[in-house]
Amino acid sequence: MHEFPITQQIIKIAEKHATELCASRIKSIKLVVGDYSGFVGDSIQMYFDVISEGTLCEGAKIEIEHVKPKMKCTGCGELFEREFLSFSCPKCGADGEPTQIGKEFYIESIEIER
Amino acid sequence: MHDVLKVNMMANIHDENDHIAAHTNEDLTKQHIYAVNVMGAPGVGKTTALKNIIRNLKDLKPYVIEGDIESDIDTKDLRGLGIDTFQINTFGACHLDAPMVHNMIQNMKFDEKGVLFIENIGNLVCPAEFSIGEHCKMLISTVTEGSDKPYKYPLAFEKADVILLNKVDLLPYLDFDEAFFMKGVRALNREVPVFKASGKTGAGFAEVADWLEKKAAEAKAVQHHHGDGKTEHHHDHESSCIDRHDRLEPWRISCPTEKP
Repeated sequence: MHEFPITQQIIKIAEKHATELCASRIKSIKLVVGDYSGFVGDSIQMYFDVISEGTLCEGAKIEIEHVKPKMKCTGCGELFEREFLSFSCPKCGADGEPTQIGKEFYIESIEIER
Repeated sequence: MHDVLKVNMMANIHDENDHIAAHTNEDLTKQHIYAVNVMGAPGVGKTTALKNIIRNLKDLKPYVIEGDIESDIDTKDLRGLGIDTFQINTFGACHLDAPMVHNMIQNMKFDEKGVLFIENIGNLVCPAEFSIGEHCKMLISTVTEGSDKPYKYPLAFEKADVILLNKVDLLPYLDFDEAFFMKGVRALNREVPVFKASGKTGAGFAEVADWLEKKAAEAKAVQHHHGDGKTEHHHDHESSCIDRHDRLEPWRISCPTEKP
């Protein structure tokens, strides 16, 4: 449910950049969202449609690139997606350790009209 | 014909929250306060754990911010024990964020060096995603929740600086697999200290309090208080960055959206 304030933040950041570039409207916003970021893409889109009314973002399309979390094996260095209830490397069986892959949460780009 | 332009941004959506969190951290450090973000699911015994830790503090004065969706039950309880406690009610929001805590800190009076416990909303998911200006994240997990929690809620365990495994007095009645729990914790967080504790009997909390006092003493805030003159503050914001309100007395109940 915390997608509401976060969507406001996305609109605020996108509008700030678009205004600096003298845009008349924002056509699309591309987000990169890791599955461990804790944010749900569908909820962002739902809030976005409501909150963006009357802003430069109104009518903009949200494109979301999802990133699957990966662990790094402490034994062989393999990057892998974990199985449920396990942190073990599928290649050598050693424990994986967390990485930043899958925690992304940023605006990659916007498409503007001017 | 409109001119269409693609603009690469790479803008971190958490930047503003993190900026305010850094601001809070600096403010607290200057006031010789070591801040602990207390996280855990509802019912793990966060407030009871705080009472037990506070009872065992030797050198530092305790301060508490209670985060709850609604109510001030825990705040009244802690104030009844003479602990300076403030309430943040989020009215639906599932975690504390940096602006809420920053606004509260501006209204608090820290008359001695100490530890500020910020009890987050009972939730094992969202609080781990937001910095609130803390020096340390304390995660409270329990044997009653089950040993699979690190596997199901990995981020909270990964981000923790210290973990309490609470309610261990109930172990004889449960099938808690401690080895499985610890294997998960260690995969996510190789160095984190894990203390076994019981809010019911008070066992284990003296060790937690000792650990916290040592960590606080290592932090710049407390060293500075002892007058070594080494404290430096690199993150210098203008005080007008965020509204400062008049300071509140400790018994004031305040909601972050309400201007005192």
